[in-house]
Amino acid sequence: MKLPVKMTINGQTYSHEVEPRLLLVHYIRETVGLTGTHVGCDTSQCGACTILMDGKAVKACTFFAVQCNGAKITTIEGLAKNGELHPIQQGFWEKHGLQCGFCTPGMILAACQMLERYPKPTEEQIRHQLEGNLCRCTGYHNIVKAIQWAAEQMAGKK
Amino acid sequence: MATVERVLGKSIKRREDPRFITGRGTYVDDVRLPGTTVAAFVRSPHAHARIKKIDTAAALKHPGVVAIFTGKDMAGVNSLPCGWLLPGLKVPPHMPLAADAARCVGDPVAIVIAETQSAAQDAADKVKVTWEVLRAVSATDQATAKGAPQIHEVAPSNEAFTWQIGDAAAVDAAFRGAARVVKKKIVNQRLVANPMEPRACLARYDQATGDLTLWVTSQNPHVHRLLMAAFVLGIPEHKVRVIAPDVGGGFGSKIFLYNEETICSWATKQIKRPVRWTSTRREAFQTDAHGRDHVTEAEMGFDAHGKIVGLRVKTIANMGAYLSTFAPAVPTYLYATLLNGVYTIPAIHAHVTGVFTNTTPVDAYRGAGRPEAAYLLERMVDAGAAALKLDPADIRKKNFIPKFDNGFQTQVALNYDSGNYAAAFDKLLAMVDYRKFRHEQEAARKQGRLLGIGFSTYIEACSIAPSKVVGSLGAQAGLYESGKVRVHPTGGVTVYTGSHSHGQGHETTFSQLVADELGVPMESVEIVHGDTGAIPFGMGTYGSRSGAVGGTAILMSLQKIKEKGKKIAAHLLEASPSDIEYTNGQFQVKGFPGKSVPFGQVALTAYVPHNYPEGLEPGLEETSFYDPSNFCFPFGAHACVVEIDRDTGQVKVLRYLAVDDVGNVMNPMIVDGMVHGGIAQGVGQALCEGAVYDDGQLVTGSMMDYALPKADMLPMYETDRTVTPTPVNPLGVKGAGETGTIAATPAVMNAVVDALAPLGVDHIETMPLTASRVWSVMKSAKR
Repeated sequence: MKLPVKMTINGQTYSHEVEPRLLLVHYIRETVGLTGTHVGCDTSQCGACTILMDGKAVKACTFFAVQCNGAKITTIEGLAKNGELHPIQQGFWEKHGLQCGFCTPGMILAACQMLERYPKPTEEQIRHQLEGNLCRCTGYHNIVKAIQWAAEQMAGKK
Repeated sequence: MATVERVLGKSIKRREDPRFITGRGTYVDDVRLPGTTVAAFVRSPHAHARIKKIDTAAALKHPGVVAIFTGKDMAGVNSLPCGWLLPGLKVPPHMPLAADAARCVGDPVAIVIAETQSAAQDAADKVKVTWEVLRAVSATDQATAKGAPQIHEVAPSNEAFTWQIGDAAAVDAAFRGAARVVKKKIVNQRLVANPMEPRACLARYDQATGDLTLWVTSQNPHVHRLLMAAFVLGIPEHKVRVIAPDVGGGFGSKIFLYNEETICSWATKQIKRPVRWTSTRREAFQTDAHGRDHVTEAEMGFDAHGKIVGLRVKTIANMGAYLSTFAPAVPTYLYATLLNGVYTIPAIHAHVTGVFTNTTPVDAYRGAGRPEAAYLLERMVDAGAAALKLDPADIRKKNFIPKFDNGFQTQVALNYDSGNYAAAFDKLLAMVDYRKFRHEQEAARKQGRLLGIGFSTYIEACSIAPSKVVGSLGAQAGLYESGKVRVHPTGGVTVYTGSHSHGQGHETTFSQLVADELGVPMESVEIVHGDTGAIPFGMGTYGSRSGAVGGTAILMSLQKIKEKGKKIAAHLLEASPSDIEYTNGQFQVKGFPGKSVPFGQVALTAYVPHNYPEGLEPGLEETSFYDPSNFCFPFGAHACVVEIDRDTGQVKVLRYLAVDDVGNVMNPMIVDGMVHGGIAQGVGQALCEGAVYDDGQLVTGSMMDYALPKADMLPMYETDRTVTPTPVNPLGVKGAGETGTIAATPAVMNAVVDALAPLGVDHIETMPLTASRVWSVMKSAKR
């Protein structure tokens, strides 16, 4: 049995018939074909599949696609606007906040919501807010710096 | 003429980042081919069990199933090879699909191939395996115990090998004259590498050409190709192309040839469609080669002044259920040969027993043997300091090998390249403000607080190389590296390197090297890696070898390019090649800056050789293979400051400081990043990571149960460097990928022991130092 699902991803509307058990992350990767959202575990620990759903950072492995009818989703592919990197993306580049790049999309999108909650985060807040995202390469040092850099840029723009 | 700005040695932002920060990296699981089928594996739920029967009838009827194969179907396919042979090593067969018995949880017994992932998984659940469950042994120190179940026919006592190095008699004599011999049991627990990208493969057999293409998460695509084609599947290497595109971390675990990619490569030819498989994290915990897992008795002798007089080491190393690709090398040549550390130790003897158990195979994990050696030494030196009531900083200073520039012969085979160990340590002591810390600690202790500092001074053998040497030690491969430089007619440069980047940033650092050598902008340099269809035969990336070995191979080709360019330029300038020099992207007659031709014109002339030197081949492309004369030996000194919660045993890392000497540095930002990541992994081993088996069952089989370090348990790292270039290679670079992992674990452990010293604690046998373990240690402490 398949069920219809319709949602907006990065400003574009998609409708498909999918198995009810299909996870949102697999819908995004396999059905829609946006492979920037990654799968790093099967227990919702790693955060590599973090996306923005209706403005909130969520792990796309914690939803069935069919639960997301009508949702507005932003994936890493949709974050840069008109070819201009989002300040958080820029921050990760400037501060060497990534090495292998696999956790990076999830990290960046988690940071998006973090900076909405805490526009001027302390180091402790950043580290605490990253609790749901694992990185095995950077030791988090430069990820913290990247987010601090982005926070400063975004504050300057306001 | 403007001088071209030098970029080598500068923190240039990474060229690979734009694709990763916009979600446009291409990892194996992102590659899609028309008609691709999806594989799921039926695995053993038992640690040790004989396979009585596999019934696939119901599974084959499942909608969407394309094919199911078991070990019996794979007749003619050979065992996965072990690539490092020790004298007397017992090499049991390791078939891609187990047909007779499963020897660890996760051992694959059947592959189910279907149209979709869900169909493959559902059908795999319907494969009925009748097992005869056997007794299992998983504990390292129980493997050879009387009555332990035998795992392989070839190894009756579960002993894979015994091996020794050093001078046992000299150690006995040294201990007889010692003022004090400190003896400790040291357990280096089993770890799981856990790169964030799980392993994956996609195999396509082209019926028209007979070519097999395998996309696989590999740190060394040519090694994968050679082992799989020549040793296991028996297909000609030249008909196989292995592509390792963007790879999401490896840390050693993606060096090895695994069952899954081998089976998929075989299966695609049977079903005449592409087959892909992506590991779940649960499968990764069960099947990615694990790391460490040593149980050791160590004795270190000291004279009355704290000078080390000898070291005796007895280690049992767990190999797991089978010998993974390079497993036997790790607890022998990459471990015991490092037991001289940075100290003058007049006599050393090490005895290592490798054992089979019903657990996931163990092989190289970041540092591979060297972390185990550094951990042992640093623990023993601190234990010696405690026994002799010496300051841990002073005992280290007393024992450092004095500064040397070109060679130091150790007691355990290696000849160090260059070192200045006291300098790195002194810098560290200044950074940490050591005397001030001890005053603060004294004050804190009076308030009942448990504050501690731990040191770790380490050496590592990097850029694992000299083919002749490793061959004599049992390696079945050479360990050179290749680098091809192709200059295009319009002056652009493509470099084909045998090194592989899975986070190390080669596209940036190697471009820096080329840009500097040729005086061309980085933008006109492209780095190609990870594709056996494009690159010359290369050995890949592990053991911190890419800069030192891979970089030098590229440098050699660049030098050949310049030599040939000089001949072409000399012809154009009507001068002698010996009068031509190359600076800032110009070939010019020495002393006549006006008399020059730019690099681009020489490149074009090489491909349009109308006006060209007699007898010179057209084209501008050179390939080099670099086989170094020795390893390189980075070193450094790390310190960790911790505070322990008296009520819970929770360890909090307050400061982490590192002074590393990796020789010359090609990109400081990238090197610092690798140091950071290594530190986190080393702290992880000390505080939270550990694979736990219960009667053969992997209890820590997911990220819920196996604790990886998170952002909120780590501080900002305080890092610095000393620079002692290696004389081994012309770049003077030593290797930087593993230093943090090697140094951090003992620094944290020593800090915790130091914090608990007022309670009478001078050693803790086992890691990780979870709150409950530390709490137990505190409860059972003397005071």
